[in-house]
Amino acid sequence: MSELQHQSWSRLNDLEYAPAPESASIARLRDSYGLFIDGKFSDPGSHSQFVTLNPATEKPLATVAAGSSADVSRAVISARRAYDQVWSNMPGKERAKYLFRIARLIQERARELAVVETLDNGKPIRESRDVDIPLAAAHFFYYAGWADKLDHAGFGPNPQPLGVAGQIIPWNFPLLMAAWKLAPALAAGNTCVLKPAETTPLSALILAEILQQADLPPGVVNIVTGDGATGAALVSHPGIDKIAFTGSTEVGRRIQRELAPSGTHLTLELGGKGANIVFEDAPIDQAIEGIIDGIFFNQGHVCCAGSRLLVQESVASDVQRRLIRRVEQLRVGDPMDKNTDVGAINSAEQLSRINELVDAGVAEGATRYSNSCDVPDAGYWFNPTVFTEVSQTHRIAREEIFGPVLSVLTFRTPEEAVAKANNTQYGLACGVWSEKGSRTLWVAERLRAGVIWSNTYNKFDPTSPFGGVRESGFGREGGRHGLEAYLNV
Amino acid sequence: MSNERLDVRKTYKLLINGAFPRSESGRSYEVTSSAGAFLGNVSWASRKDVREAVIAARAALSKWSGATAYNRGQVLYRIAEMMESRRDEFAAYVAASESLNDRESQSVVNETIDRIVWYAGWTDKVAQVLGGTNPVAGPFFNFSIPTPTGVIGVLAPQDSSLLGFVSSVLPALAVGNTVVAVSSERRPIPAVLLGEITATADVPAGVLNILSGVASELGPVLATHEDVDGLDLTGAGDLAGTLAADAATSIKRVFRPTALDLDWSASPGTRRLRAFVETSTVWHTVGQ
Repeated sequence: MSELQHQSWSRLNDLEYAPAPESASIARLRDSYGLFIDGKFSDPGSHSQFVTLNPATEKPLATVAAGSSADVSRAVISARRAYDQVWSNMPGKERAKYLFRIARLIQERARELAVVETLDNGKPIRESRDVDIPLAAAHFFYYAGWADKLDHAGFGPNPQPLGVAGQIIPWNFPLLMAAWKLAPALAAGNTCVLKPAETTPLSALILAEILQQADLPPGVVNIVTGDGATGAALVSHPGIDKIAFTGSTEVGRRIQRELAPSGTHLTLELGGKGANIVFEDAPIDQAIEGIIDGIFFNQGHVCCAGSRLLVQESVASDVQRRLIRRVEQLRVGDPMDKNTDVGAINSAEQLSRINELVDAGVAEGATRYSNSCDVPDAGYWFNPTVFTEVSQTHRIAREEIFGPVLSVLTFRTPEEAVAKANNTQYGLACGVWSEKGSRTLWVAERLRAGVIWSNTYNKFDPTSPFGGVRESGFGREGGRHGLEAYLNV
Repeated sequence: MSNERLDVRKTYKLLINGAFPRSESGRSYEVTSSAGAFLGNVSWASRKDVREAVIAARAALSKWSGATAYNRGQVLYRIAEMMESRRDEFAAYVAASESLNDRESQSVVNETIDRIVWYAGWTDKVAQVLGGTNPVAGPFFNFSIPTPTGVIGVLAPQDSSLLGFVSSVLPALAVGNTVVAVSSERRPIPAVLLGEITATADVPAGVLNILSGVASELGPVLATHEDVDGLDLTGAGDLAGTLAADAATSIKRVFRPTALDLDWSASPGTRRLRAFVETSTVWHTVGQ
C-alpha cells in the first residue's frame, strides 16, 4: 500500500459523523393541554395535571390533564351523542371524506408530528419521520377507502358498526397506534374515546388539533389523557360497546376478565416473544440486518420484536460473530440526531424492567455482549445487548423484555426450530430466513404466530392484518380483517 | 361597452402522453351548447392520434401498474382535490353541455368528485376483494392476484359528459391499466377539462390519454389495434356489435354496459373494476 493510500485509509477510519440534529422548535408545543372532548379542548386548569418528560433529557415537555372517571363519562356521553345523531347515520362516502382529510392533514403536518413523537417517546427521529408518521397517514388513507365499501369487505351486506369504542393505546408507537385504532373504527361507523399512554400523550393531542382542522363533527373522537386509572375507568364504563386494547398481556388478561360478564366486544393486542429463525441457507448479510432491525428498531419497544434468535448450528458461530460486530456499530444517543440508530428508553420504569431481566440473564449463565457507545448522562439509556448461550428455561428466553436485548439460541433441524419458536405462551410474530421458499412456507404453516415475515422483519402496511394468537391477544388491526373488530358481524 | 374587458378564450386540445397537442390532422369541429351557443372549436382526433395515444399508454403501463396501489390511490385522490378546486368551471360546462340548471350541474360535479374518491379508495383493496389463497389439495401454497389487463380503449358515454366519463375511465386506471379515451362527440369539453387537471395531479404522462372526436371513426381504430388489450364500448352506440367482433382478432377484453351500468347516479359496484383485470395464480411448493 502506498503512503498516500495508507493515509487516506486511516483518515477514512477516523471519520466521525457530524451531529445532524432536528430542531425541537418545530414541535410548537403548548405548555399545558386539556382533554379533547366533544370537539373542544377543555381548560387545562380544570384538571389535575401531570408532566410528560423527554426521556432523552428527563426535562419536562408539557403538562397534560389526568382524566378522571367523570371526564371519561363526559367523553363517552359525547361519543354516544355523536354516534346517535351524526356518525352512524352519515353515508359511508361522507365518512370516507373526513378520513381522507385526516390522512392529508397528517401528511401536511408530518414533520411537526415526527418531532413531537421523538421528543415525547425517545425514538430516533429517523424512525418517527420515515415509519411512524407516514404509516399513520397511510392507515387513515386506507380505511378512508373502506368507509363506503363495507358491503364489499366480505361480512355480508350492509354491516353495522358496534357503537362507542373505548381504545387504549401504548407508548411505543403513540400516533401510529392511535391511527390503527381510530381509522378502522371510524370507517366502520363507530365513535371513539381514545386513551393515549401516560408517558406519550402529545402526538394524540396534536392529532386532536388535526381533527378540528378537518371539521370532524364534535364527539366522533374524544381523547382523554391519563394513567392506568383513566384507562380502567374507560374499560369499566357501562356506555362502552367495544374495548380495543394494546399493551401488556398482564393488563389484557385483567380487561378480558372484567368484561366477561357484560359481553362488551373486545380485541387485544398484547405482548410477544418473537423468534427470528435463521437457516443455514439464509442470505446471511441480509439476515444480520434483519435481526438487528428486528430487535433494535424502536429500542426494542416493539410487541412483535424478534427478541429471540434461533440460528441453525452449522452457521451459528458465523452469525454470532457478524451480529456482535454489527451491534457494536449501532449509534446510541440523541434521538433528535438524524444519524442515531437507537434512541432513549421511554421511561425510568421501563429501564429498570430491562435492567432486572438483563441481570437475570447474567445470573442464569448466559453470555452478555453490549454495544459500547457512549450515552448522555441525563436521560434513560440502554446499550444494545446480545446474549449467547441462552437456554429455553432462562427468563430472557421466556419473558418479554421490551428493550434492546436479544437472546440467541440454536437448533439443528426445521422441526426443532419450530418446536423452540413455539415454546412460548405468546404468538405475535416470527421471522424465517432461508433462500428456500418451500422450507419457509413449511415452517410458516407450523409456527403459531399471527404474523410471519420471510427474509425481512418488522414490516407494517395498512393493508396487512396484524395481531396475535395465544396470549398475544385476539383480533386483527390492518387490512380487510381489521374492519371486523369494529363491525357487528 | 368600450370599458368591458374582452375575455380570452381557450383552445380545447387533445391529451396525449402528458402533452396537449392539436390533432395531427389539423382538424377541429365546432362544439355548441345544447341550446346552440358556440362553446369552442375542439380538436378532432384522427386515426394517427389514436396510434400515438396507444404508444404513449403502452409506454406508461409498466410504471403505472408497477406503482404501489397506495401511490395510485394518492394520485387518483389528487384528481378529486383538483376537481373540487375548479368545480365551478366544471359545473358551467356540464350545464352548457347537458342543458342542466345550476343546481343539477353542481350535483353532477359533486357526484363526479365522490366517484373519483370512491375509485381512489379501491386501488389498494382490489387485490383483497378479488384475490385470495386457494386451498389446493397438496403441499403447495397457492394464491391468485388480480393484475391489470393493459392498455384499455374507452369509448366514453355520449350523454354523461363528466360523471359518465369519469365512471368509465377511473375504474380501469384504479386497477393499474392505462387508458386511451374518446370523449363524448357532442359534449367533449368537461372531459378535456378533466385532462387538464390530471396534468397537475401527478398522473404520469401517458397513463390517461383523452381524444375528442367521433366515436364511429376512432372506435374501429381502437378495436382493431393489436396493442390495445381491452375495449369499453359504452359510447359506441350502434357500432358496438361490430366493434366487439373486431376486438376478437386480438382477443381483447370487451366491456358492453347493461342498462344498470348506464345509470351514472347509481352506486357503481365493482363491475367496471372487474372488467379489465386478469387473474394471476401462483403455485409454490411447501416442504422442508
